[in-house]
Amino acid sequence: MTPVEKTIGNAANFVDERLGAAGWVKKSLNKVFPDHWSFMLGEVCMYSFVILLLSGTFLTFWFDPSQRDVIYNGVYEPLKGLKMSAAYASTLDISFEVRGGLLMRQIHHWAANIFMAAIVAHLLRVFFTGAFRKPREFNWILGILLLTLGLVEGLFGYSLPDDLLSGTGLRITSAIIQALPVVGTYISFFLFGGAFPGTGFIPRIFTLHILIIPGIFLAVITIHVMLVWYQKHTQFPGVGRTEKNVVGHPILPVYMAKAGGFFFVVFGVIAFLSAVASINPIWLYGPYTPGQISAGSQPDWYMGWLDGLVRMAPPLETHAFGHTISWNILIPALIVPGILFTGMALYPFIESWITGDKREHHLLDRPRNVPNRTALGVMSITFVMVALINGGNDILATNFHLSINQIMWFSRIGIFVLPPIAFVITKRLCLSLQRADRDLLLHGSETGRLLRLPHGEFVEVHEPISAEKAFLLQSHEEPIALELSEVDSRGVRRPGALKNKVQRRLSKAHAVSVPKVSEQELKEIEHH
Amino acid sequence: MSNELVPTDDSIAPAHAPRSTDINPKAEKRAEQQIAILFGLSALGSLLLIYSYVFVTKDVFIFIPIMGNQNAQQLGIGIGMAMSLFFIGIAAIHWAKTLMSDVEVVNHRHEFRSSDEDREEFVKTVKNGVAAAGLGRRKLIKRSLGVAIGFFALPPVLLLRDLGPLPKKQLETTNWKAGTRLLTDPGNRPILASDLEVGAVVQVLPAVENEDERPLSDIAKDPVLLIRLREQDFQLTPEKLAMTHNGIIAFSKICSHMGCAVALYEQQTKHLLCPCHQSTFDVTRGAKVIFGPAARPLPQLDITVDGEGYLIARAAFNEPVGPSFWERNSQ
Amino acid sequence: MKRLSRYRRHKAAGPALLIFALLAIGTTFSVASATVKASPTSFARSAVIDEGKQIFLKGCSSCHGLNAEGGAVAPSLIGVGAASVDFQVGTGRMPMADMSQQAMRKKPVYNAEETAALAAYVASLAPGPAIPDDSVLNYERDGNTAQGGELFRNNCAMCHNFAGQGGALTQGKYAPTLMGVEPKYIYEALITGPQSMPVFSDKTITPAEKLSLIKWIKAAEAEPNLGGATMGRIGPVTEGLLAWVLGIGLLIGIAVWLTTRAR
Repeated sequence: MTPVEKTIGNAANFVDERLGAAGWVKKSLNKVFPDHWSFMLGEVCMYSFVILLLSGTFLTFWFDPSQRDVIYNGVYEPLKGLKMSAAYASTLDISFEVRGGLLMRQIHHWAANIFMAAIVAHLLRVFFTGAFRKPREFNWILGILLLTLGLVEGLFGYSLPDDLLSGTGLRITSAIIQALPVVGTYISFFLFGGAFPGTGFIPRIFTLHILIIPGIFLAVITIHVMLVWYQKHTQFPGVGRTEKNVVGHPILPVYMAKAGGFFFVVFGVIAFLSAVASINPIWLYGPYTPGQISAGSQPDWYMGWLDGLVRMAPPLETHAFGHTISWNILIPALIVPGILFTGMALYPFIESWITGDKREHHLLDRPRNVPNRTALGVMSITFVMVALINGGNDILATNFHLSINQIMWFSRIGIFVLPPIAFVITKRLCLSLQRADRDLLLHGSETGRLLRLPHGEFVEVHEPISAEKAFLLQSHEEPIALELSEVDSRGVRRPGALKNKVQRRLSKAHAVSVPKVSEQELKEIEHH
Repeated sequence: MSNELVPTDDSIAPAHAPRSTDINPKAEKRAEQQIAILFGLSALGSLLLIYSYVFVTKDVFIFIPIMGNQNAQQLGIGIGMAMSLFFIGIAAIHWAKTLMSDVEVVNHRHEFRSSDEDREEFVKTVKNGVAAAGLGRRKLIKRSLGVAIGFFALPPVLLLRDLGPLPKKQLETTNWKAGTRLLTDPGNRPILASDLEVGAVVQVLPAVENEDERPLSDIAKDPVLLIRLREQDFQLTPEKLAMTHNGIIAFSKICSHMGCAVALYEQQTKHLLCPCHQSTFDVTRGAKVIFGPAARPLPQLDITVDGEGYLIARAAFNEPVGPSFWERNSQ
Repeated sequence: MKRLSRYRRHKAAGPALLIFALLAIGTTFSVASATVKASPTSFARSAVIDEGKQIFLKGCSSCHGLNAEGGAVAPSLIGVGAASVDFQVGTGRMPMADMSQQAMRKKPVYNAEETAALAAYVASLAPGPAIPDDSVLNYERDGNTAQGGELFRNNCAMCHNFAGQGGALTQGKYAPTLMGVEPKYIYEALITGPQSMPVFSDKTITPAEKLSLIKWIKAAEAEPNLGGATMGRIGPVTEGLLAWVLGIGLLIGIAVWLTTRAR
């Protein structure tokens, strides 16, 4: 026995005699994780969260979350002698007087942008592969919760420095709160500690930003990951992979080395970005005062689509009985995102209601094999992209010599027209890909070699595809439309007939697919 | 053409081809060396970080093509940190990929649904528990419990009441009153009507007691934009025209949509544009909204001159400035 | 993009003409009532004015009219002053290359002498803002950077962006970047209000304050990239793009490498 082994043995013995942990640790260490690059997106999220905790803690050592007026007297010449909030002044000090402080600020901000981007990428992967299906609906909802929390946490985070850009963002936030019917004005006054910008908002969102929300984050991420652990990871279909097993690398040592190494890679990439690319140069924006503004005031990218929706909203307000309701704010900033997020959270249940499928699923779908879901996903992406483009319309206009009015009209029409078009095109594309799969299975792959037959005809030589590939192409299930009758056996309309009718229609539309290659067809081909 | 093997089950095991590092000792040695180099690069990065932190001063700048003049300390610490982290990660992954086992193993899944006995037992336990508590029988307790829980939710909400003052009339009022002088912002200088030539704009704030100590909440509603046009350009109602002075028209600078500062004045088209959401207001028609999401024109301030010829407000704003709110009477 | 932009120009030509026509008529009106006439004081000066007139007749009169009274497509130049001519011609905006939304900065057509002659000629028609001479423009000595920054954020940033990079106006018009613009031209633009830009009168933004503004713009221009490559100093749009393209892109690339089997 080597000294190392002896030490580990002693330590293990010490722990096990007190906690009896050997049993479940052994079980846990035997867990396997399937390999696929898209399975690492969730890890990017988790790692950037850890990086956010580390860099954020560093920043709190110097940051002063106060809206108290101070006269800046630091090293940055162009702001010397100006009145500003202590929050802004201390952010300047972190940037210019703490060695590595600017780097940490940039790491924190880049990590936040990448955190949100990775969440979205992870969500799309889970959606398009059907990983949210039973038994993983809880985890899907937790994911949506994390996305929503991330939006709020990000907004609070970039608002803290109290620079001109973030102040403009808070001005808009306060207008959204004010737009709430009945309670809006009161909530706004309570949150801001008075009329905007008040004196309380920065210290309050600081507490939320560094304590409450990260706390909730930590709890939800823990449950999210534990559920993945407990329910075992999904896997892509392939030879040897079934609904009853999971094929991959064991946690010790391969997965641990890879995943652990990947943490350092994510941190390294974010540190690299922060070293070479500036983000949120608050010293250029200047301190916030409500009378000033900059051209091209934008939120961070994950809020950009909301801003884009607000920009394209029609000028609608209701004035009645001495009250005002701002539909131009409520609809784009609260109602539409509310519908979107609720729909997203409920989607697993909606889909299973439509398909009538109540089974557990551990094998992932290839997106082409579920054309409607894939099309719905692309449709939603298109919706958000149009909004996002409009959120940057002024930047696009200046850089590509366009007119903001044209981009705005493009978005106003496009937000209604483009998503359905994207739906139809994606669905067609999925079915075409299914057809291509079918052809591939029946005729093999094209080799590009031409053969001249004795009677003069040219044909291309096809090669049979590998057994693994063939298995993959045949591995999916053909969808079956639900059979629901509106009348019972005696011809009486059932209660809830309308609901059944909707369900039947949707189910029929959902169950579209190119027929799989049948045994019969395969036999015929063999005889050729 | 043949297509003999189209498996419909999982009978075919994935072929496991050995890696070069599995069969070739030289390749194995090479991989080992590569990993060592990667770890070495990481250590190098840490050294770069330490060097930059300790020895490079804040005021050193180096020129890097494409990126321009960069702060050497920031860049050194950053690149050092990036290297020290990145290469540890790459080394670990390379190690795992080339030298650790790459044989995939299989775990079996179990159904998550509990067995029927367990489920029955569970239901029974809950039922017994409820029965033991006697909640079903003791109506009085049940009802009073409901009342208590209902009231219980109130205190936490009430406790947040002191976060801020009540709105009162704060959103409806500004510091503009009849006779308030218009002062330049910044500078706080009074303005003669003749100071503005045609096509000029100036941002002003009301004269108040202590102009250097204006709270931000005042600056959030007081700013006014003065614009001088030729009088024949106005297409205003007589009342609104009477609120102008010598071709000078004054609008609240706070957007009626979401409160951003509306100040992009295009001299030729005489349009005001809000940079936040692109609401466009036509100055000649009393800041009427001609594009974008804003639903109301910018409030216009009634201005005139005092005895010394300085511009003053003839009256306070006749409507609340800034974004809409529930209590706003917009009729 | 090219086709789109040509189409825009084409479509916008109508409204642009209308605006120019209205302006021209309006300006002629206001100038007609002006009574003060500048008189040349010396022979040398009148020679320069004559030279300017010749250049004007050749290069400008087709749009601005034989007597600078303006035409259907161009405004009157009577009373615009030497500063305006120096700005428009000196920055190459005039003569305009085509009838686009807005004249853009390009290589000047006329050299310094010709520009000065043109300016003298236009200034001789009616009084207007004069070209600031170098002694006025000593912003290094007379300006205050921090004060200039405050003025900039109050009066300029809403169009020209927080760092003077320029921004969008309505209908395809734009506020140009201020980076690399000579102090003289910034000053002239402030006092003459070229194109969409409003006038910033000397009474409301004093000459000293204008110098502070210029000093701040020059400081922003010279500022090294403190936090790394700036990506245009145009705010979070490019930052978000980089986070996706470089950040997520690179990480996905590494994830692909991580999950493929070694050979």
